[in-house]
Amino acid sequence: MDSVKLEVRNLTKAYPGTVALSDFSAVLQGGKVYALLGKNGSGKSTLVKCISGAVLPSSGEILLNDRKTQFKSPMDAFAAGIAIVYQELSLVLDFTVAENILIGRYLKKGPGMAIIDWKGTNEKAAEILATLRIDIPVTEKVAKLSVGQRQMIEIAKAMSYNPAVLILDEPTSALAQHEVESLFRVIHRSREQGIIVIFITHKLNEIRGVADYVTVIRDGRFVGTIPIAEANPKTLVEMMFGDTQILTRPDNLPVADEVVLEVKGLTREPRFRDVSFSLRKGEILGIAGMLGSGRSELLRSIFGADPVDAGEIKLKGVSIRHPHIPFMKKLGMAMTPENRKEEGLIQMLSIKDNLCYASLDSLASWGVLTHKAQEPVVRRWIKELHIKIASPNHPVSSLSGGNQQKIVVGNWLNTEPSIIFFDEPSRGIDVQAKQQIFQIMWELSRKGLSVIFVSTELEELLEVCHRILIMENGRILRETIPEKTSLDELYALCMEA
Amino acid sequence: MSAEMSSTHQKTGMNFSVFALEIILLIIIGFLSFFARGFATWDNFLNILRNASTTGIIAFGMTFVIIAGEIDLSVGSAIAFHGCLLAVVTEKLIGRGYPMLPVILLAIAVCFTIAILTGMFTGWVRHRFSVPTFITTLAWMAALRGGGYLLTNSFPTTPFPEWFNFFGSGYVFGIPFQAIIFLLLFGITWFISRFTTFGRAVYAIGGNAESARLSGINVLQKRMTIMALTSAFSVISAIVVASQIQAGNPTVGTSWEFTVISACVIGGVSLMGGKGRIWGTFVGVMFLEIILNGMTLLNIDEYWQYVARAVLILGAVMIYQGQETRQKD
Repeated sequence: MDSVKLEVRNLTKAYPGTVALSDFSAVLQGGKVYALLGKNGSGKSTLVKCISGAVLPSSGEILLNDRKTQFKSPMDAFAAGIAIVYQELSLVLDFTVAENILIGRYLKKGPGMAIIDWKGTNEKAAEILATLRIDIPVTEKVAKLSVGQRQMIEIAKAMSYNPAVLILDEPTSALAQHEVESLFRVIHRSREQGIIVIFITHKLNEIRGVADYVTVIRDGRFVGTIPIAEANPKTLVEMMFGDTQILTRPDNLPVADEVVLEVKGLTREPRFRDVSFSLRKGEILGIAGMLGSGRSELLRSIFGADPVDAGEIKLKGVSIRHPHIPFMKKLGMAMTPENRKEEGLIQMLSIKDNLCYASLDSLASWGVLTHKAQEPVVRRWIKELHIKIASPNHPVSSLSGGNQQKIVVGNWLNTEPSIIFFDEPSRGIDVQAKQQIFQIMWELSRKGLSVIFVSTELEELLEVCHRILIMENGRILRETIPEKTSLDELYALCMEA
Repeated sequence: MSAEMSSTHQKTGMNFSVFALEIILLIIIGFLSFFARGFATWDNFLNILRNASTTGIIAFGMTFVIIAGEIDLSVGSAIAFHGCLLAVVTEKLIGRGYPMLPVILLAIAVCFTIAILTGMFTGWVRHRFSVPTFITTLAWMAALRGGGYLLTNSFPTTPFPEWFNFFGSGYVFGIPFQAIIFLLLFGITWFISRFTTFGRAVYAIGGNAESARLSGINVLQKRMTIMALTSAFSVISAIVVASQIQAGNPTVGTSWEFTVISACVIGGVSLMGGKGRIWGTFVGVMFLEIILNGMTLLNIDEYWQYVARAVLILGAVMIYQGQETRQKD
């Protein structure tokens, strides 16, 4: 098989108001695994969508084996040999492994080839798995497989179409360590068939195990491709961030000595174990950790959204072993959840209602809640949080991500909390809205509220927090303060585990 | 600027379709007043109200159930069961020589207690074991129907004194007593749905139960309450029916759950949860009853009412869905 070659020339994709991909050029060779590295919003996914036909580039061209391609849809790209495996898997859970791999391509037999030849189908699927040395019975239901095994089946399915380019979109984000390793072995075997593997990730520590080259993208531009031997964390962080100016928080945010929340030995297997820390009045405490490190799960358990196996929470002098949301709310705790669309808001209801439903009881008297009683608080948060809306009676789903996030915050500020958890508040919102969310956190701290802020974006934590806990694999490994830590140090700390 | 313009445009565009049901109902009323002899009379109006009451009372409870994203299929059987229970408890205690009034009051209390417990149970297994209310209430539908037959040995039981028929046939200031209950419950549930934390919480749970839970709304308590509320409304309806026929009869209320659910759906209550109004349900109830009444007056075979109901349900839902698709565009 001739070596495959994929060339991207001056690829640009502009959206109204923003350029996601800007004059990107790169050449990729077959038989190699390329890690595509870049922070959130750097243009990784736009690049991949252009290559796989899901997005039409504004200008520039893509050449596969020196031939210009014109992908109008993912189908075109797939037919040309570009296969992509997304983070959200596309398997049918109640089907067997063989059915999933060969879906729509079952072997047939009998008169008019109208009957599915299950024996033949299973044998063919087993052959496909054998070439990648994936040891999973083809008659097993996919529902019974682990997430890592499902990833392997997805890869096997993609490989069964003999692609020239295999793109994997953050395949390891939900995997345990041992699963990551077996997945990497499958990726290596795919590479041996002479194809190009593009492996998208933002985990620096994984790259060494899987990639031959690292291609870094920043602000939609090609920064460089370096062989894995030269890729040390410091170089990569520099390539990913350039010389990003880390902003610092205002210096008039004093932290009192008074401890408002104390967590001791909190455990919820297998998410996190033996977590202890304390939070002071007025403090903004950051928790740094990659996806799957247990940071969101920790917040949810403290708040009472998920159960706790062991440990103790001390809040306002009350010792709590099994937190329960209405009770924690009464004690002054609030949480804006990680997934605002599905857990923070009620999309079909109005902006007004979404600003009030955590505080129904306090807004009402004797259970009676008039629209008149709602109005002042609605007006107040729309003004104080700078929420841009046409009318509070419009459905909340009509707002941008940033404004939706502010509605979630307003909903909780209505309960007059003393401690508030922000779980990934900046995900998927624009830079300006992000800064406004940070301003809100600082304002809360100034008023003596305590904040816990979880984010995958380490530079955000450095900018916003007084103190940062580093969490990995369900444990708090160490803590640090932004004044004494640079971004690459913090990255290195997070990757050490 | 453009956002503002499109929103005003949307508003004027929606005004008609928001009141589409009311407008169609008014047209039908106009048509019937003109063509159906005896339709536009005070007596006939009271007649319609009275006939609408028994299913209508339950429909107000059902509205909360459906807004919360649940369903209750057991209400028809509940009417039969509680009517029978009322009659049998009354008969047994009268047989032992207790005085009539306290006996009937006690029997009513027994019915309410059992109804509330069954409803709470349904809400509880929904929450704790994720058993869909469709399944639990389907089970109740069978069990309560069977229970009615078992209690009465499948014969109507008739222990009630003459004054008992006041609930189903009496008048207060010239208005049927059951119609007063119907209108009263309309007012109460309308108020609850619009002006209480309970009402807001029901919408929140139906819109997104996980968001509601993470906001500190006690979802279990609300689910148990709405299911119990609807069961309790079934008892009220059961008393009215038992009073009308002066008996506990295990065959009454057959397929009434569908009339009740139809009224809600015609009134714009979304089976997907989160959406619906008590006013809409009221209009839906009246709509069904007026069509039935008009067809009787026009001498149309009563079985055509099923066809009419089918057209109404489909037509109404098509209008509502059409509105939503347009809003999304």
